[in-house]
Amino acid sequence: MTGSIVIIGAGLAGLQTAEALRAGGFGGSVTLVGDEATGPYHRPPLSKAWLAGEMDAGQLAMRGPDMLARKQIDLRTHTRATGIDRSSQTVTLADGTRLPYTGLVLATGSRPRLLSVPGASAQGVLALRTRDDADQLAAGLSRCAEQGKPLVVIGGGFIGLEVAATARKKGIAVTVLEAAPRLLGRVLAPALSDWYANLHRSHGVELLLNTQISQLTTDADGWVNGVQQADGTRIPAGLVLVGIGAQANDELAAEAGIACDRGIVVDDCGRTSDPVIFAAGDCAVRRLADGTLLRLESVQNATEQGKSAAAALLGQARPFTATAWFWSDQYDKKLQMAGLSTGADQCVLRGDMAANGFSMVHFKAGKLVAVDSINAVKDHLQARKLLDAGVSPTPEQAADTAFDLATLLQHGKTV
Amino acid sequence: MPHITYVEASGQSTTVNIPEGWSLMQGATTNGVEGILGECGGSCACATCHCYVAEDYLAKVLPASDTELAMLDNVAAERRPNSRLACQIKANTALDGLVVHLPATQE
Repeated sequence: MTGSIVIIGAGLAGLQTAEALRAGGFGGSVTLVGDEATGPYHRPPLSKAWLAGEMDAGQLAMRGPDMLARKQIDLRTHTRATGIDRSSQTVTLADGTRLPYTGLVLATGSRPRLLSVPGASAQGVLALRTRDDADQLAAGLSRCAEQGKPLVVIGGGFIGLEVAATARKKGIAVTVLEAAPRLLGRVLAPALSDWYANLHRSHGVELLLNTQISQLTTDADGWVNGVQQADGTRIPAGLVLVGIGAQANDELAAEAGIACDRGIVVDDCGRTSDPVIFAAGDCAVRRLADGTLLRLESVQNATEQGKSAAAALLGQARPFTATAWFWSDQYDKKLQMAGLSTGADQCVLRGDMAANGFSMVHFKAGKLVAVDSINAVKDHLQARKLLDAGVSPTPEQAADTAFDLATLLQHGKTV
Repeated sequence: MPHITYVEASGQSTTVNIPEGWSLMQGATTNGVEGILGECGGSCACATCHCYVAEDYLAKVLPASDTELAMLDNVAAERRPNSRLACQIKANTALDGLVVHLPATQE
């Protein structure tokens, strides 16, 4: 099969698409356009091992320097796409170059939401998405360590909490401010939010919930030196990390008239509203069978949607409908989530929250929908299998650690 | 730098020098060894870097953690006594000359 495939976005989804095209026998041109300085790299370590200085650039990179060229994947770094002309099937780059395509994949990712209070653009106020962001953050943390100044994290989500854990390991004072009554409120059950609050407090993090921010204060050099709350309380800061969520980079698609709804709308195979344009990863929002839209920011989602988009370009249907899974490493605790607990109406504990490993098992109308595991890999893997198979334990079985969930798969019992 | 040989299911053999401290997964994905995917980037979360460690090196490789042992339950190919996740094995001089065999599938 020949043609010209252009992929906008050289992150995980873009790389997976490009490599899957070659693995699938695509013989035409594949151009991977990325606006960063390097080729594809792993983002999960940016808040952890990379930030801690425990990895080198070669380890962070997904592929060696000449590996993409060997697969005839034309990687264009430092290159920003500025427009899509669907009638002539061309992508315009910032330097005016026009790339014709027979198939286009949008893997444009997401970007951090910005804080909209006075002082939010001061020096030392950072967000974390790219390697450059992480390098700035690492430099800022070193400055904090040298000068004995604290890090303030705005937002008690995964990125903020992972960075908080990394900073604590370096001995830096950390305050985490969260607007909601609990940490990770959109994704975890209240009991697990409380468990995370205790975990961070036990590592010396100052944690303030229900906190509204009115402004960031700066010193004479324009460097952030404090975070002021709505009640007037001011928290000193040597560095501020804003981790209040991300939004899809869907502007290119929207400007080209492709259907978007807080992300580029795709089906299970990555098809957009234009038959030769596909989307994958953080920028894509998937329309589910019941009509609702789901946008995920995860390694699995980027990997699988990239592969599905490549398959669709090759004329094959490879729907991605598998159970969603995620993980987060903080201190010595590994959270692994299988499924989505949104809308769950019952949650049971499997194991002992005071012990090293346990899981929260979520049900909706008696049916298993999600399992969140802490240092309980076996529970997590079994949960993925159960959810993929549509098999539910009863809440009583789920709560009984003596009950082997794997037996349900052998018997194929469904509820 | 220790040199590590990856033998893919097709029989294709690739020997690469890996900096000390790099994982065998990183050594493979960096150097175009197709039989290892390493989709999660080395967080011991995906089980797509399954490999079989040559018997004569098993004793020189640090034993698997509980997390790795549990993840090995989820590998796509046959799990054998010498099954390991390549992301959890760090290259060092004692492993110079190590041969790992790769399964036909990782997913």
